Amino acid sequence: MSEGQSVADAATVSRVWRKPPAIERPWLRYGLLVLTLVYLYFAVGSYDINWERVSQGMERGWKFISAFAHPDFVSRKSDFIEGMTESIIMTVTSTVIGIIISIPIALGAASNLAPVPIYLFCRAIIALSRALHEIIVAILMVAIFGFGPLAGVITLSFATIGFLSKLLAEDIEAMDKTQAEAIKSTGASWLQWINYAVQPQVMPRLIGLSIYRLDINFRESAVLGLVGAGGIGATLNTAFDRYEFDTAAAIIITIIVIVMILEYSSSIIRGWLQ
Amino acid sequence: MSDTTAVKPEWQRRTTRKQLMIWFGWLVLVAIFVACWIYISNRTEWFFVFDAPRIAADIFGRATPPRWSYMEKLWGPLWDTLNVATIGTVVSLVFAVPVAFLAARNTTPSVTFIRPLALFFIVASRSINSLIWALLLVAIIGPGILAGTIAIALRSIGFCAKLLYEAIEEINTDQVEAITATGASRAQVMAFGIVPQIMPAFAGIAVFRWDINIRESTVLGLVGAGGIGLQLQGSLNTLAWPQVALILLVIFIAVIISEWVSALVRRAII
Repeated sequence: MSEGQSVADAATVSRVWRKPPAIERPWLRYGLLVLTLVYLYFAVGSYDINWERVSQGMERGWKFISAFAHPDFVSRKSDFIEGMTESIIMTVTSTVIGIIISIPIALGAASNLAPVPIYLFCRAIIALSRALHEIIVAILMVAIFGFGPLAGVITLSFATIGFLSKLLAEDIEAMDKTQAEAIKSTGASWLQWINYAVQPQVMPRLIGLSIYRLDINFRESAVLGLVGAGGIGATLNTAFDRYEFDTAAAIIITIIVIVMILEYSSSIIRGWLQ
Repeated sequence: MSDTTAVKPEWQRRTTRKQLMIWFGWLVLVAIFVACWIYISNRTEWFFVFDAPRIAADIFGRATPPRWSYMEKLWGPLWDTLNVATIGTVVSLVFAVPVAFLAARNTTPSVTFIRPLALFFIVASRSINSLIWALLLVAIIGPGILAGTIAIALRSIGFCAKLLYEAIEEINTDQVEAITATGASRAQVMAFGIVPQIMPAFAGIAVFRWDINIRESTVLGLVGAGGIGLQLQGSLNTLAWPQVALILLVIFIAVIISEWVSALVRRAII
């Protein structure tokens, strides 16, 4: 009744309908707006831009963009092929190792399967893996294991654990309980229970996530070379340092093409599984 | 054994043929993995690896306790890192929104020409890591947080546009039809039929990417693009392990806080 009244009142004031604001309370709405503006003022003010340097760089930037028209695949051919092979091999190895380790951790991090101490332990591993950027882990791994692709493989495996375990554990937590109970009531052992009740339910998601992670690992493997952890990154860094934009463009184009192939084939495989 | 003698038929999940196919698939997978592992192993100095536990203990010994007094020099870079991530996200959203509308099947002006172009742009932006963008921009416009901000923005455009165009493609068409039926123009249909539907997704994507960008901007300094990574690089080069320990701790806390903020905001939206 009162609502109808207020609508009628509003109609007499103005017959034009207005979109309701996104944030209902006016003080919150304007408060957030003012805070944002103040932040932006200080943030943008903290930029110390050397326009002379930027305008000088524009010429070089244009050179880089035009390098894409004639990428140079040949003059650093051996470095290029070796770096790319190493990147791809690191990607495959680390994804496989990461999946193998993350499955038990995911089982431990699912609150409906694991007892509390194991749950907390597995969640702590996941949080640690997710909070540290790959490059930081790679720096530490290079310091510990020495230069080379092994440091990169360990880094990427570690990063895979955080990603895959978290998402898989969430999927296990959301599984259908009735199927799990049905298997349990047949007197199945714990392993049989996991194998016949849990695994079939989460398998499509696990495969989808694994392919997605393969894609991410490839992209990440391209930068690990910057800190000496193997892959194409070292070649790319050298190319930039020497302003050999043709070679850099060739490497970037190859990365884009491989990512596109991976993305395309992953959508095919996912469609084929369902 | 039981199925060959057929004395006691036992339940099997798959047919023999399917089972063989699966075994074969596993065999191929294992073979590829072993080949890759041999390659990696040949390129590894195993002497260093066997020495790793001692080295790790040594580094840990040198790094503890962290040099707390160094903190006063970290506030500035930390503020820069926050700005690189935030301004970078804002700039990327400005570009991601039009790209997403051009890429979504139901809003693009032309499915044959503009959509593939927008999709290619999204893939190109997404496949290049922000560190590579930063490397490139430092070479072009010189070191500093501007290069870092643009690098973050370039990497984020693809990510945000991809998630956003998927959200646009999943909208409820009834509402769009209803607005169209009132005689609304194309822009009005956009403003009242489509935008309100994707607004929650948009806010979620923005906060999600901001959270990722905080993590990414902490390492951009390694290639000279400003922020706390610069201090990390300097400390690593001078082997000042107590400073490295403090910086890693600060980064860890910053990432945890940003994740907490982003979770809080997303919960408030949904």
